[in-house]
Amino acid sequence: MLSAEDVSFRYAPDGPLVVNGVSVRLAAGALVGILGPNGSGKTTLLRLLSGTRRPSAGRVMLGDQPLDRLSRRDVARRIAVVPQETELAFEYSAIEIVLMGRHPHLGVFTVEGPDDLRIAREALAATGTGHLADRPFHELSGGEKQRIVIAAALAQSAALLLLDEPTASLDLGYQLEVSSLLLRLNQDHGVTMAISTHDLNLAASICRELILMRDGKVLASGPTDTVLTPENVRRLYDVEADVHVHSETGHMTVVPVRRVTR
Amino acid sequence: MNIRLRIVTVVTLFAIGTVAVVLWAPTVGSTSISLAKAFDRSIPWEENVDAQIFFVARLPRVLSGALVGATLAAAGVVLQAMLRNPLATPFTLGVSAGGALGAMLAIAFGLEVGMMGVSSIPIASFAGSLVAIGIVYWLASSQKRGLSTNVLLLAGVTLNSFFSALILFVQYLSDFTESFRTIRWLMGDLDVGSYSPIIAALPFVVAAFAVFAILPRTLNVLTLGDDVAAARGVEVLRAQRLAFLSASLATGAAVSLGGPIGFIGIIVPHLVRLVVGSDHRIVLPAAALFGAAFTVLCDLGARTIMAPLELPVGIITALIGGPFFLWLLVKKS
Repeated sequence: MLSAEDVSFRYAPDGPLVVNGVSVRLAAGALVGILGPNGSGKTTLLRLLSGTRRPSAGRVMLGDQPLDRLSRRDVARRIAVVPQETELAFEYSAIEIVLMGRHPHLGVFTVEGPDDLRIAREALAATGTGHLADRPFHELSGGEKQRIVIAAALAQSAALLLLDEPTASLDLGYQLEVSSLLLRLNQDHGVTMAISTHDLNLAASICRELILMRDGKVLASGPTDTVLTPENVRRLYDVEADVHVHSETGHMTVVPVRRVTR
Repeated sequence: MNIRLRIVTVVTLFAIGTVAVVLWAPTVGSTSISLAKAFDRSIPWEENVDAQIFFVARLPRVLSGALVGATLAAAGVVLQAMLRNPLATPFTLGVSAGGALGAMLAIAFGLEVGMMGVSSIPIASFAGSLVAIGIVYWLASSQKRGLSTNVLLLAGVTLNSFFSALILFVQYLSDFTESFRTIRWLMGDLDVGSYSPIIAALPFVVAAFAVFAILPRTLNVLTLGDDVAAARGVEVLRAQRLAFLSASLATGAAVSLGGPIGFIGIIVPHLVRLVVGSDHRIVLPAAALFGAAFTVLCDLGARTIMAPLELPVGIITALIGGPFFLWLLVKKS
């Protein structure tokens, strides 16, 4: 339902290609992980897929329409984004942040009605943050903030969710909670997702497909169990790793062993 | 939580307070007058001294205070949200410096071409503001992608100092009378003398407020950052353009009417946020209303504290604004 066709991108006209000839395809219901070292172009690829940046070459298609033909409002009703960090310039309560997710569904002078409030409350409940609704956002912990931001994206009621390192600031407990939340949203609510992450084990435990990126290019992509090999981990991170199937969970797990020179 | 009810209630309360202040302020002064008598239509106009003082002598000044205060406060709110910087003011982006330079050139060169009862100084001031807006906008939009808020800020700050230097230069070459008039203008003064300057500034202010009316929820989302706002369905560049141009135009009109009256555009939004939170659907109208009342009250102080001497209102707002700002900084840290 969302695909990038041979997209390239540079931030400055004379700058380097941050994304270089990448083609990816998110089928309806997919749960795709995007892995790669720092600076590999994961965040930029997500920006191209969400249309907040236009590719320098190639195109992004949402269904059968080019993304840049649609208004931001139309795109936002179908694609929601969870950014890496959210810094507020002004003080808002958690529920106010979540209600901002309803923005693309409201007219210029329309005020959030009972339905919008219900959707926002459900999003808070789904992320286990109902009790934080009236707390000032800036007083929350990193993990609580991240879950509020995910709730805001859920409140957007989009069929597609793009997440940029959603668990980066979370402790182990919340990492587990957020990853099971994402899995639930995907399996029970049919939300299609792409998740960029540095957490190989998170990716291995919930993503059915992986895209490995390095230096702006796709190194490998496909079903998790065929892509996540010791050879690929070495090519991706210059790290020698053990990859095996965890006996209890049945997920693949990656244990880094040592750094190798390229 | 009924959001619409909350917006309507808070804004109505602010509106009642503002209307009360605007009606009360003209009754205060060297001669006390009665509001009831001023509005008593059974007394002929020629014999109704209270009505004459109210409508001719004092109301224009109060209305210009209300218009300037509402405009600077609302423009402050819009620019702070757009720049994601609570310390921005309507004067940060160089509009007022352009307006000041225009006014001062009109004074120095003795331009006396008035239009429709409006003297040359406000017209030149407004023209100066438009030049400043044009320069800053051109610089900021020459970036490849969108309006860069950093460039806006840098261009504004630089333009402010450059125009200030030009002002000092022209002033150095001016004679004593011209210098005095310039300094007096820079202090801010709401004694407009008649309704004509208010009516001349009104169309620009009304146009700007019409744009402000469609912005508030977009401003909320914009404060989360450009990328997040875009992902929430905001056409970021369009919203930034509307916010910058409308707020700057309104500021230029306000400055041409009352001079660069400082601190209103920053104290009022802060105070209002302390009371009503950060939702711009409430903050924007509430700040406009409170800005009007605040400015009228400051001007009331300016013309009564040392009566019969009338102080420029800019001195009062700065005397209140400076310490208030320091208090705000101490409280935040």
